[in-house]
Amino acid sequence: MTTTPAMQPQVSPKAKPAAQKEDAMLLQKELINNNYHELANSRQLGKKVSATFVPGNLNELLMCFDFARSLPETNALQSGMRKKSGKFIMDAERDGHSEDVCTYVKTDLGMMLQGQVGPTGEPLPTPDVLLLSYTGCFTFMKWFELVRQKYDCETVMLHVPYQGDGHISPSMRDYVVKQLKEKVIPTLEKVSGVKFDIDRLRQYMRESAKAEEDLVWTLQSAKHKPSPIDGYFGAVYYIGPIFTAFRGTPEATQYYRVLRSEIEQRIREGKGPVTPEGEMGEEKYRLVVEGPPNWTSFRDFWKMFYDEGAVVVASTYAKVGGVYDFGFRHDPDHPLESLAEYCLGCYTNLNFPQRIDMICKYMDEYQADGLLINSIKSCNSFSAGQLLILREVEKRTGKPAAFIESDLVDPRYFSAANIKNRLESYFQMIKQKRAAAAQSAAPASLH
Amino acid sequence: MTVQDIVGRCEALFEDLHFNAVKQWKAAAPERKAIGYMPIYVPREIVHAAGMLPVGIFGGGDQMEVIQGDAYYQSYICRIPRSTLELGLTGRLDCLDGMLFPSICDVIRNLSGMWQILFKDKYVKYFDVPQNYDDSIGGEFYIREMQVMREDLGKLRGKPISDDELRASIAVYNENRRALRDLYAYRAEKPWQAPTSEVYLVLRAGCVLPPEEHTKLVREYIAAADTEKRALRDNARVVLTGAFCEQPPLSLIKSIEMAGCYIVDDDFMLVMRWLLDDVPATGDPLDELSKAFLHRSASTSSKYDEKKSDKGQYLLKQVKSNAGEGVIFAAPSFCDPALLERPMLQEVLAKYKVPYTAFKYAENTGQMAPIREQAGTFADSIKLWSAA
Repeated sequence: MTTTPAMQPQVSPKAKPAAQKEDAMLLQKELINNNYHELANSRQLGKKVSATFVPGNLNELLMCFDFARSLPETNALQSGMRKKSGKFIMDAERDGHSEDVCTYVKTDLGMMLQGQVGPTGEPLPTPDVLLLSYTGCFTFMKWFELVRQKYDCETVMLHVPYQGDGHISPSMRDYVVKQLKEKVIPTLEKVSGVKFDIDRLRQYMRESAKAEEDLVWTLQSAKHKPSPIDGYFGAVYYIGPIFTAFRGTPEATQYYRVLRSEIEQRIREGKGPVTPEGEMGEEKYRLVVEGPPNWTSFRDFWKMFYDEGAVVVASTYAKVGGVYDFGFRHDPDHPLESLAEYCLGCYTNLNFPQRIDMICKYMDEYQADGLLINSIKSCNSFSAGQLLILREVEKRTGKPAAFIESDLVDPRYFSAANIKNRLESYFQMIKQKRAAAAQSAAPASLH
Repeated sequence: MTVQDIVGRCEALFEDLHFNAVKQWKAAAPERKAIGYMPIYVPREIVHAAGMLPVGIFGGGDQMEVIQGDAYYQSYICRIPRSTLELGLTGRLDCLDGMLFPSICDVIRNLSGMWQILFKDKYVKYFDVPQNYDDSIGGEFYIREMQVMREDLGKLRGKPISDDELRASIAVYNENRRALRDLYAYRAEKPWQAPTSEVYLVLRAGCVLPPEEHTKLVREYIAAADTEKRALRDNARVVLTGAFCEQPPLSLIKSIEMAGCYIVDDDFMLVMRWLLDDVPATGDPLDELSKAFLHRSASTSSKYDEKKSDKGQYLLKQVKSNAGEGVIFAAPSFCDPALLERPMLQEVLAKYKVPYTAFKYAENTGQMAPIREQAGTFADSIKLWSAA
């Protein structure tokens, strides 16, 4: 599956104006760089290294065992933003991997073939343990089996059942908790040599809950008009720390405080989002977006929205590493049960009716003009069936929806001209709908 | 009955995308219900114990034009969900009272939710299976999953499903699996007598026939095939793998055989051979079904291999126990499970010096010349290596 945030400003081969950044973005950059540095020096620091996925990321638990923490999805997207993924993908395909499968996986495998140098140019260590949080994405299982095939490292499966019936049953929760107790924790103890301390876990979870409060506040600030944030392109910066190696750390809590105060200031000043091209001018369109972004042309993609005055007020992608806006918080009083609920509740672990309900709710609560689906070739977990989502949301909200296609980190599947054309047509359609609505709402005497 | 009669009947069942056999079965008694299931595995015993007919839905094949189904999917999604939706949206599956969507991949998983939305009057169940194989962890979860399905189907028929009913159904399916094991053993021993193009159709008939009737048909086929006088050819003995979900067109199987390959094992419709031996029909039925799933079931790419050393062992066993000389990886385009698994299996085969070749197909692939050429070259190379 597709995930993840934790990104740094784009470096483009062409001379573009320097991207404008908020203070929180700089803080996030520092966090990410420090993590890559720690990973690069983990052997010297005497630290064991874990790798896991963003949905179902048990960061608090991994911290209990002092692991340096790597997230292969984040590594892949970082490589995508740095224009390195194209070669990695082709290397993996030459090595026998199908052109049909996930490009995050192939970027990771291609990076290994090239000597495991991470996106920042520092080496990435071979993981000591693969925590296979099998949450909301079938490909995860194969991904870590492939990594294990190469490195023969310890692998522990955490199978998170899918919410096929649209709810979390006690049986599902018990199953996950039991795996945590009897499989995951003993394996992490064995690999790290550190004994599990549940009070340490509780403490991290207290920090998580604080950061989660501020994250939710941040994402929901987009209900203001104009929205002070972009809930898709901007949100990938905001979800970065909490979805990756920082949830549960005081640094993450601090990051979200700074972020919140920045946004509070923007609301007071009536400002829109900060984009790499500068501050957003007049907010002309408010959109909800379903699906992950494209990373190889991230800035160009965002600019297409900036140029049209389109702001994304809510996105499903910003919930891929945890759905917090309907009340869930990590609960230190019930630590393992809470970790189970977190995993079970990630966006791509929701069934289709739940996903559609969520999008319709966003359309309503964020007063969106329409829904845009960015359908990602690599990610069947998100993409399979999205055309039904489009139809259902249009039917239920009466608002227009549009569909574009791209990929996560395969530059061959980003057609800027096609996407721009589609977006322009879509914005025209919204404009026409608005005009028609205004006309029908006008007093009869004016007709 | 002659082989031709039996195979002719199976072919007619295979080609009937209006599922008249299911309709006829239901028409025999007013309370009868039929439940569809998709690949890769569901415990059909529970459906059968409810007095219902389990119906395997393996896509629309190469004879059906997909129009409405295509409107729901991007070009990079495999074909089976499109043709299955087409079957549903055109009313061909109206004879089904419910659909089961097993845990196999994200596409089929998402299709379960789409079905909930598009067919609101039907029973729809996403059926999860454990990726943890401890009785006290994955087993407990799996038993509870089966219990939910048991209760749901009990409600659907208006009466709970008893343990005795489940035990009786386990016994029925044990018979069916025994017959299929015999069929596969017979084919492996005499592949010229039981070509896979026939065996496939006999197997496929089990998607729409009651298991008791299917068992009888399989036995009749083995007996009839053994009386045929068919020529033994100098073909390469191959194991075909990767075709566990979206099925290849029958012409593709025929093409492989015509190109000089005897298919001596495969993973078509694994549901029928998923459990590798008899399930005890005397104990706690769900517990026994769980144990069989956890400890004595087929390996495939939708199932997690707990250890690196487990990877590819099932395929190697298929090769060795059937005197296979090579492996054909035949995977549907855009099939995540098969295509992500393939490089790992190929690495294991290379280590054990088992030759292999690989290609992709769709259920409606029409152009067989490249497949015939590739399979022919593969068969020739095996024969040349064997001679050397």
